[in-house]
Amino acid sequence: MATLTINGRVHTLDVPDDMPLLWVLRDVVGLTGTKFGCGIAQCGACTVHLDGAAVRSCVLPVSAVAGKKVTTIEAVGATPTGRKVQEAWRDLDVVQCGYCQSGQVMSAASLLAQNPKPSDADIDAAMSGNLCRCGTYNRIRAAVKHAAGEA
Amino acid sequence: MSKGLFDLAQSMGAGAGVAGAPEFADEPIVSGVSRRTFLKFGMTLGAAAGGGLLLGFSVPASAAAATEHGTRARKAVVAGQASEVPAAGTFAPNAFIRIDRESRVTLVMPKVEMGQGVYTSIPMLIAEELAVPLQQVTLDHAPPNDKLYGDPLLGGGQITGGSTSIRFAWQPMRQAGATARVLLVSAAARQWRVDPNSCQARAGEVVHAASGRRIAYGKLVDAAAKLPLPTNVPLKDPKDFELIGKPTDRLDSAQKVDGTALFGFDVRLPGMVYAAIVNCPVFGGTLQSVDDTRAKQVPGVHQVVKLDNAVAVVAAHTWAAKQGVAALDIKWNGGQGATLSTQQLFADLAEASKREGAVARKEGDVGKAFGEAKARIDAVYEQPLLAHATMEPINCTVHVRGDGCDIWVGTQVPTITRTVGAKVTGLAPEKVAVHNHLLGGGFGRRLEVDAIVQALKVGKAVDSPVKVVWTREEDVQHDMYRPCYYDRISAGLDANGKPIAWQHRIVGSSILARFAPGIIKNGVDPDAVEVAAELPYALPNQLVDYIRQEPGPIPTAFWRGVGATRGTFVVESFIDELAAHAGVDPVKYRLDLLGNAPRAANVLKVATREAGWGSPLPKGKGRGVSVMHAFGSYLSMVAEVTVEGGEVKVDRVVCAVDCGMAVNPRTIEAQIQGGVVFGITGALYSEITIKDGRVEQSNFTDYRVLRLNETPEIVVHIVKSGEAPGGIGEPGTSALAPALTNAIFAATGKRIRKLPVGEQLKTA
Repeated sequence: MATLTINGRVHTLDVPDDMPLLWVLRDVVGLTGTKFGCGIAQCGACTVHLDGAAVRSCVLPVSAVAGKKVTTIEAVGATPTGRKVQEAWRDLDVVQCGYCQSGQVMSAASLLAQNPKPSDADIDAAMSGNLCRCGTYNRIRAAVKHAAGEA
Repeated sequence: MSKGLFDLAQSMGAGAGVAGAPEFADEPIVSGVSRRTFLKFGMTLGAAAGGGLLLGFSVPASAAAATEHGTRARKAVVAGQASEVPAAGTFAPNAFIRIDRESRVTLVMPKVEMGQGVYTSIPMLIAEELAVPLQQVTLDHAPPNDKLYGDPLLGGGQITGGSTSIRFAWQPMRQAGATARVLLVSAAARQWRVDPNSCQARAGEVVHAASGRRIAYGKLVDAAAKLPLPTNVPLKDPKDFELIGKPTDRLDSAQKVDGTALFGFDVRLPGMVYAAIVNCPVFGGTLQSVDDTRAKQVPGVHQVVKLDNAVAVVAAHTWAAKQGVAALDIKWNGGQGATLSTQQLFADLAEASKREGAVARKEGDVGKAFGEAKARIDAVYEQPLLAHATMEPINCTVHVRGDGCDIWVGTQVPTITRTVGAKVTGLAPEKVAVHNHLLGGGFGRRLEVDAIVQALKVGKAVDSPVKVVWTREEDVQHDMYRPCYYDRISAGLDANGKPIAWQHRIVGSSILARFAPGIIKNGVDPDAVEVAAELPYALPNQLVDYIRQEPGPIPTAFWRGVGATRGTFVVESFIDELAAHAGVDPVKYRLDLLGNAPRAANVLKVATREAGWGSPLPKGKGRGVSVMHAFGSYLSMVAEVTVEGGEVKVDRVVCAVDCGMAVNPRTIEAQIQGGVVFGITGALYSEITIKDGRVEQSNFTDYRVLRLNETPEIVVHIVKSGEAPGGIGEPGTSALAPALTNAIFAATGKRIRKLPVGEQLKTA
């Protein structure tokens, strides 16, 4: 049994301790906004927030989440930076296929929560773990700056 | 005008079909006759009735999640999949437009959205003529129906690919919108007993300015539905466009930034179970035996399904299924493919290149011209197998029952999906419902139904809906690959260094021989020779031929940019070689040969001007250029690179594109930028290699994809044009590689004739 706080709601779930949070979210809780991309923390599609910090849920055992607050893409819009990032993504028309964008938004929201005025190097460091096969990187960089109020 | 890969309408016989998975290679799976016959009956399943209600299948598994999941319907741009029969009380003047009594406008999208922006640009075409605000429009995925939603540029199939969407949609979608508008205006004019010409359609209403009367479309639908369809409805003059040509925000952004967009991978159904797959690691190999004792002990594992060349573990959730797969003890029969290697594939290509090819282009007398040439340049170019690595790994959910079958998937080929559904299950096609979804990247991978066929086979052994998923490792190691190619190319130059003889032999797989065999004529695959056989350059004596050589049992498929990607790399690199040999600036050298191709010359001038071509660069940096004409568009690109310690960094890419009339400039910029990023990944890093019949790469660790910190500034100039729209999904990828490798040559003097660049500069 695992007791998790996801998007402000407490869930008690009968899942194995070693089950990655990603599959708990997607297959058990039913929150499919968090995506599977690689399973080895190399692409960032599965990014969620754990007490506000961006983590890769595909390699995070559910046992490591106990007592911490999980925020997913479905609820990040309720946070000030999450809302700003989503707005910037819409304003700058960032998305293409969209599959990686949940993870991109979560990484960007975490970055701005910790660092409201990131430099290009800060953006590189925070966002380079999120792959986008459609190649939306130019607009992602611009949108992070836009959300930070620079543009 | 380039014929383009998929401009198949003229070349395809009426009965020609489009084949799907490799196992159907000898037997086109859609025959013209049966396809049209079954489509008349439509889908009879209750699930398909009611259009958007299909979304009702994506329900949460637990009550706790219901509220969170329920928010999905809130901002749904893609409401679901349209029914083949419009609901009662709905005005449906054609297959694409539905307007209900509440004035809700629904567009039934004949193309699928895989990032290329057609769920915005196609609605723009219709909204322009229908006179409705774009934001009021709801979209449904089209049901499988070649007759209603087929693309003449793609042999009449309901297929999304080949950068054809806007080229296909340009005329019929505007016509559909205009026809509906004329009917609505006529209905209002009759009601008011005024001349229709005194009424105007504006923002979802018909307005009679003289009397100040106005009426919403929804109040006219019943009357409009009874009017005869008008003919010869005039379309707007482009100078009156209000939407087309204006930079327009995507309609699918909101859903894609808040997690509510539904991809195939996100399907959830009551009672659904999950299956993980392990495919035979050797291409062409089969399952010998499997010991599933330990797998069945994994908590949550329900069942193990054995297929000819794969094993599926079915479980309560994906994690248990993956754990179950890891616990399997499998013996495979590798078969003849077990000794295959990359070295062997290229040796086979080189050997095949000595055969005579099928002639794709012949002008003048090449032999005589070579005899008169003052210099001769010969080169061999090699390009590797490539995986698609879409961000959404392969997946397909099926529910196979005795009386019907449902398939939930994101596919570029919904009608082929239905056909293989019928074939694998033995059901009549009308008993097979295909519920299409957003695609988490297509790039050609989702033109193939191999994994759909496999999911159906698993589904036949499972009593409930089952979501079959591939891990990233399976996705990389069991793709259908962009073929490896081997090009021999030669030119004879006159005293001024101009090419008077040009000979190009292309050797590699024929994807079309499997996918659409009807269009192979005299042994020439139009995809294989794309660009190469239709160069914009004035070359008085040329011979281009093609030799088909398949990579053994390795399945091949289209990959972003299709033939144009391979062809452009070779010819634009080689032109650069000739310019270097002649000691002429590569831009001037090209311009001198582009006298008969003003649009190509123009984009070259714009791109090089904007890139500051000719301005000095520090040591270790270089600029390279390319020109491309394919997909009905012209593109020129200048790449600027830094080479240091054998590592290439792309500093800046400047593009000029003439894609005819621009429908949505924001999408065009995004597609070119994305295409460039895809192209940089391909040119610098991507390579699938084979050892002992197996793919050596497995995930993003060894099949590297460009990251944000490696991405250059990419500037896109859209050249104003009054021509009909061309494609923009693939040109960016196609033109990138040679611009990049020509820049490497400018920076280092090293000519890259083999992709990817990889480690080649480190040994230099």
